[in-house]
Amino acid sequence: MPTLFYIFAGLTIIAALGVVLQRTPVYSALMLIVVLCSLAVEYLLLGAEFIAVIQVIVYAGAIMVLFVLVIMLLNAGHEIPSSRSHVAKWLGFPLLAAFLVEMFIVLSRYVPEESGAWFAPKPAGPVPIGHLLFQNYVLPFEVTSVLVLVAVLGAVVLAKKEL
Amino acid sequence: MVPLSHVLALSLILFVLGAAGFIFRRNIITIFMCIELMLNAVNLAFVAFARQHGQLDGQLYAFFVIVVAAAEAAVGLAIIIALYRNKESLSADDLNSMKM
Repeated sequence: MPTLFYIFAGLTIIAALGVVLQRTPVYSALMLIVVLCSLAVEYLLLGAEFIAVIQVIVYAGAIMVLFVLVIMLLNAGHEIPSSRSHVAKWLGFPLLAAFLVEMFIVLSRYVPEESGAWFAPKPAGPVPIGHLLFQNYVLPFEVTSVLVLVAVLGAVVLAKKEL
Repeated sequence: MVPLSHVLALSLILFVLGAAGFIFRRNIITIFMCIELMLNAVNLAFVAFARQHGQLDGQLYAFFVIVVAAAEAAVGLAIIIALYRNKESLSADDLNSMKM
């Protein structure tokens, strides 16, 4: 099982590099689908079956279809490299490197290594999640439904002919 | 046995890759996909901590993040379509009408 985890971790990182480095948006989208599916496998290995299924259905199924549809609709081709954003180029690398180093130091120092049993069979299917969702988290659930309604209305208004 | 720090390191690497794409890419659709990458990195950290503590709350937070990401994708892509209709361009450098 740990081997499987590391294999899919490597696949995730390689595909994420592809997302960032590809010049054509369609290839980036396909790489992002690989990232999402291998993350679903990681969730399965972490004992989160429900989240893994939701990841495949909602993310890889619905959201990425929307992305690919919009890319094809707008006929997005190669990205033209521009020389207008010097600030991002000069500030981006040092800031990102500083963040990465800092977080790795925090991780190596403060996270206890030997705590918790990993990948032991611990079935937590959708039933306890549903109980938790409709008992402790009812208010966020209802607020989320309002958010989705507003998003649908907003998408319809924004995509109308004249704005 | 995979320690928690390895899962968090994977999450961190994914987040930094997404942030790098967000900063350095110029196509707004690619920038949007890099945001999704960062959201997924945070989700992985949530699920890993839920596993570490033996509770399901972290998984619920990941679930809410996925729902919010779906809403965000719908609205964001509609905004991108509207921008393309007005500007005929997908480059972030051309969308500067709020600049002085």
